Amino acid sequence: MMGRQAARRALLAVLVIALALFPLVGAKFYLTYATKIMIMAIFAMSLDLLVGVTGLVSLGHALYFGAAGYALAMMDGPSLWWSLPAAMAVAALAALAIGALVLRASGIYFIMVTLAFAQMAYFFVRDSSYFGGSDGKYLNARPDASLFGWQALDLDSHLHRYYLALALALAVYVLLRRVLGSAFGQVLVGIRDNEPRMRSLGFATFRFKLAAFVLAGALAGLAGYLAALQDGIMNPEQLGWNRSGEALIMVILGGMGTLAGPALGAGALMALELVFSTWTKHWQLLLGAFVIGVVLFLPRGLLARRQGGGHG
Amino acid sequence: MAEAALRTERLSRSFGGLRAVADVSLACLSGQVHAVIGPNGAGKTTLINMLSGDLAPSGGRIELFGEDITGLRPEAVSQRGVGRSYQKTNVFLGFSAFENCRLAAQSRLPSSMRFFRPAERYPEVNAAAGRALEAAGLAARGDAPAAALSHGEQRQLEIAMTLATAPRVLLLDEPLAGMGAEESARMVALIRALRTGHAILLVEHDMDAVFAVADVLTVIVNGAVLASGTPQEVRANPEVQQAYLGGEGEDE
Repeated sequence: MMGRQAARRALLAVLVIALALFPLVGAKFYLTYATKIMIMAIFAMSLDLLVGVTGLVSLGHALYFGAAGYALAMMDGPSLWWSLPAAMAVAALAALAIGALVLRASGIYFIMVTLAFAQMAYFFVRDSSYFGGSDGKYLNARPDASLFGWQALDLDSHLHRYYLALALALAVYVLLRRVLGSAFGQVLVGIRDNEPRMRSLGFATFRFKLAAFVLAGALAGLAGYLAALQDGIMNPEQLGWNRSGEALIMVILGGMGTLAGPALGAGALMALELVFSTWTKHWQLLLGAFVIGVVLFLPRGLLARRQGGGHG
Repeated sequence: MAEAALRTERLSRSFGGLRAVADVSLACLSGQVHAVIGPNGAGKTTLINMLSGDLAPSGGRIELFGEDITGLRPEAVSQRGVGRSYQKTNVFLGFSAFENCRLAAQSRLPSSMRFFRPAERYPEVNAAAGRALEAAGLAARGDAPAAALSHGEQRQLEIAMTLATAPRVLLLDEPLAGMGAEESARMVALIRALRTGHAILLVEHDMDAVFAVADVLTVIVNGAVLASGTPQEVRANPEVQQAYLGGEGEDE
């Protein structure tokens, strides 16, 4: 087990160093694309906390991504330091309110009701001129990242945004890894494997599921905030079911419940999309074939979880 | 007579027109094994499901040390000191035997909403998990993955997890199900040892085991109590012999 952990840390260190050095050789286009991948990796990891760790298959996770993104778009030239927590708080509050309702359902009903809430939000935003309607909402200006007069980051620089996304993706991974191994994380795994048994052992499982739902929502909000920051615009597609489904595919492709897997899934899916789309305009066919191939030959994902994985 | 740890009063449960459990009144005392027997479909599992909070009664009441716990949810019943083991083995196969008990013992922390400290760094939880494994005779198997345990060991682990929640009352639902003779003997010895400090309600089909371990016996037929008393009294009861023990096959 120690060997496994050491190997994981070594791999992570290599990956982070490689990503940190990438701007030395990568052109602006690739840096921007890599930034988008890391943002989706955060989003996929946040969904993995629900789907892979707790066994709650949500098909409406984009709602929280979109909520925080729109929260940023509605602000007028804010500071990074308060607008980021504020946007995440908006996403977390939405997750708290919706989670308190949807977590009363389970199985297929849970999937449907999470989808229903996300679609309600999608149509509301799309049809509301206040949020820019179907055209989306442009940011007036990117947030200001100065600290006591010193400009820590220039968020108009693609390079600074790249490093910000890298740092936050790493932070989210480390945070979630820590949470997984905590008392709270063990309860989530127990709920995934056998919720009735957890209740008979004395755990009020609803509260744990709600806490997981809020944490996942807040982290999805972090990804949504970064996406709005990156693109300079937020549009309704960002909280549609397409986006939720995309994240779900990344989680399944990478390996449910492994954290690193879904991040890898985000990278694999988006990198292949880029490659295939330069080959042919029918790139979605190839991407679909790849997904089917993984599901057939690696049914547990690119990074399979240790059998039944306790705190893997 | 000592105060009953767990007492039911005219406890009933209907499913549609069927009265699965009808007006069952019984008492479990600390330090005693109270066995509930009866043919398949007699309502034994329905009874235990009501006692553990998994199923809401349609009538009657349940008292735990004098406190009304009727209709409380399973987690609330557990927190008040009722531990339950299941007929179907219900352990977490991805965890080791020790981790199963640690998770169970964690339920007695003031809160498990603790997001950062690694789960293995709670000395009091580890100690409780270790004691439970030891009490269930699995001290040597703590590191083994639950999936690698034999059927009998998994049944022991099932009970160890329940013990890790520090219960005062144990509800054991067919702990001997599917066991060979040697494993059964070990489990009977375990149940006998657990009597100290616990009130035990035992539902079991294995009559040899029941008569070997029970202090009090209640026979349920068609959801209602047919007879209750010491094993000798029940064995001598002509109605019981007629309806159950002497009838067609005592195992089923």
